[in-house]
Amino acid sequence: MIRIANGQGFWGDWLEAPVRLIEGGPLDYLTLDYLAEVTMSILQKQRKADPTLGYARDFPPLMARIARRVLDQNIRVLANAGGVNPIACAREVRRLAPHLQVSVVLGDEILARMDELIAGGNEFRNMDTGESISCIRDRVQSANVYIGAFPLAEALATGANVVITGRCADAALALAPMLHEFQWKPDDWNRLASGIVAGHIIECGTQATGGNCTFDWQSTPDFAHIGYPIIEANPSGETVITKHPGTGGRVTQATVKEQLLYEIGDPRSYVTPDVVADFTTIELSDNGPDHVRISNVVGRPRPEKLKASISYHYGWKTVGTLVYSAPDALAKAQAADKMVRQRLHDLNLNFDKIHTEFFGINACHAHLAPQVPEPAEVQVRIGVRSTEKASLERFTREVIPLVLNGPPTATGYGEGRPQVREIVAYWPALVSRDVVSTRVEVVQ
Amino acid sequence: MKIPLTRIAHARSGDKGDISNVGLIASKPEYYPILLREVTAERVKRHFGRLVEGSVTCYELSNLAALNFVMEKALDGGGTISLRTDAQGKTHGAALLTMEIEVASGELTD
Repeated sequence: MIRIANGQGFWGDWLEAPVRLIEGGPLDYLTLDYLAEVTMSILQKQRKADPTLGYARDFPPLMARIARRVLDQNIRVLANAGGVNPIACAREVRRLAPHLQVSVVLGDEILARMDELIAGGNEFRNMDTGESISCIRDRVQSANVYIGAFPLAEALATGANVVITGRCADAALALAPMLHEFQWKPDDWNRLASGIVAGHIIECGTQATGGNCTFDWQSTPDFAHIGYPIIEANPSGETVITKHPGTGGRVTQATVKEQLLYEIGDPRSYVTPDVVADFTTIELSDNGPDHVRISNVVGRPRPEKLKASISYHYGWKTVGTLVYSAPDALAKAQAADKMVRQRLHDLNLNFDKIHTEFFGINACHAHLAPQVPEPAEVQVRIGVRSTEKASLERFTREVIPLVLNGPPTATGYGEGRPQVREIVAYWPALVSRDVVSTRVEVVQ
Repeated sequence: MKIPLTRIAHARSGDKGDISNVGLIASKPEYYPILLREVTAERVKRHFGRLVEGSVTCYELSNLAALNFVMEKALDGGGTISLRTDAQGKTHGAALLTMEIEVASGELTD
């Protein structure tokens, strides 16, 4: 049996988590997930400005912090911290922690080859909308293919303490150690699917251990010291989800079920580069306190095509806010919204959308929110979106004047004018498997 | 009698582009048939109203006593494009749990 933990559910997750995992009990592998869908475009811009950047900058200092224990306890780390520049990331890790052996997995990036691939018959149609790539081709900022777990296992075979990848399927980070240790074959679909299901359960960190769980949340123990999830993986494919003893949170069938269903489509076909997993056969059972056993996972052959993650410039957006106090807080906020919209109309500005929410009244649940009889205060929040940046710049001047011009008791404008932010949007597409060739490099 | 769904189920929601999915899980396995009967794709679509502009598909996971609702055009363009506070549908699960359903008093075991 091997223990595989996840110490980072996204870039921005708790900095102490990987350290607590290493100090809190036995562990064989530590996985860290840094890449959200549009993170790649941010990293692409950073690399353009400075060729030594373009990776998750939190990662090298973290490795320096835990290097001694990683070596002493023989824990191996897998992270997609490489972003669009895994080699630079590896070099920085080596600079800060020279005793660590680092291998990288390359080959996920296809940005420079997009035109060649399109000419070769890859349509890159948007998987959600069916639109043609020609709609956005000249605005593409990053393009990467989700790679599977086999190249990561190959990198583990180099003996590296740390394996760094760019874009890979999130759950592949957890499957790779199982491939390496148990030597599962590429067509052992049920075992591969078992590893992917366990990886899916831990990939969002504490969402498997009681975090963000709606089941009787008030009784969740000790959120402040919540334990991060650990897979106990067996050669048979059976896994147990657990956490270190003495940590907060809990692992129950309820917490595991919520995470199983998180961000999935058809549960019969959870598609990954290595296997298609069926979630409708999975059996869960209690295996002692904070131990949930996962068995009977069924897998089907891997897909013909791989998923590409493409990001592109969409336009601009900004959000202006003001707070109104009681009495009549909502009525004042509504009058303010009406006033801003009238002035925007009079200025003849060009917006794709204007969206108003009244915070404390309807921001999250719109018409489904419970009625509040007399709120103490209401924030009016006006968001605007446009492909014309100038219209948004003008909008940022149209909110604060209401403090003197409009309904009484406007406050909460201390941050000043809102910032106009670029919208980088996500374009999911499919690409032939044979155009992607990965390779492993040991970084000196 | 009428009860809010939260009385017999829990939920988690998240996003993929402009799609929001809500995993709805029976708090006890014996409540799963009530979910199947009361919480149809049509009812969920009606409940969310203008929050969800596209279609709603329901997938059954009887092994987990759970349903998965996949809701299209549910996030004002999704992730980075959306102007909503809840651009990623993180609270859609909680919103579904406020839906009222009809049960016989004998169906509730606690």
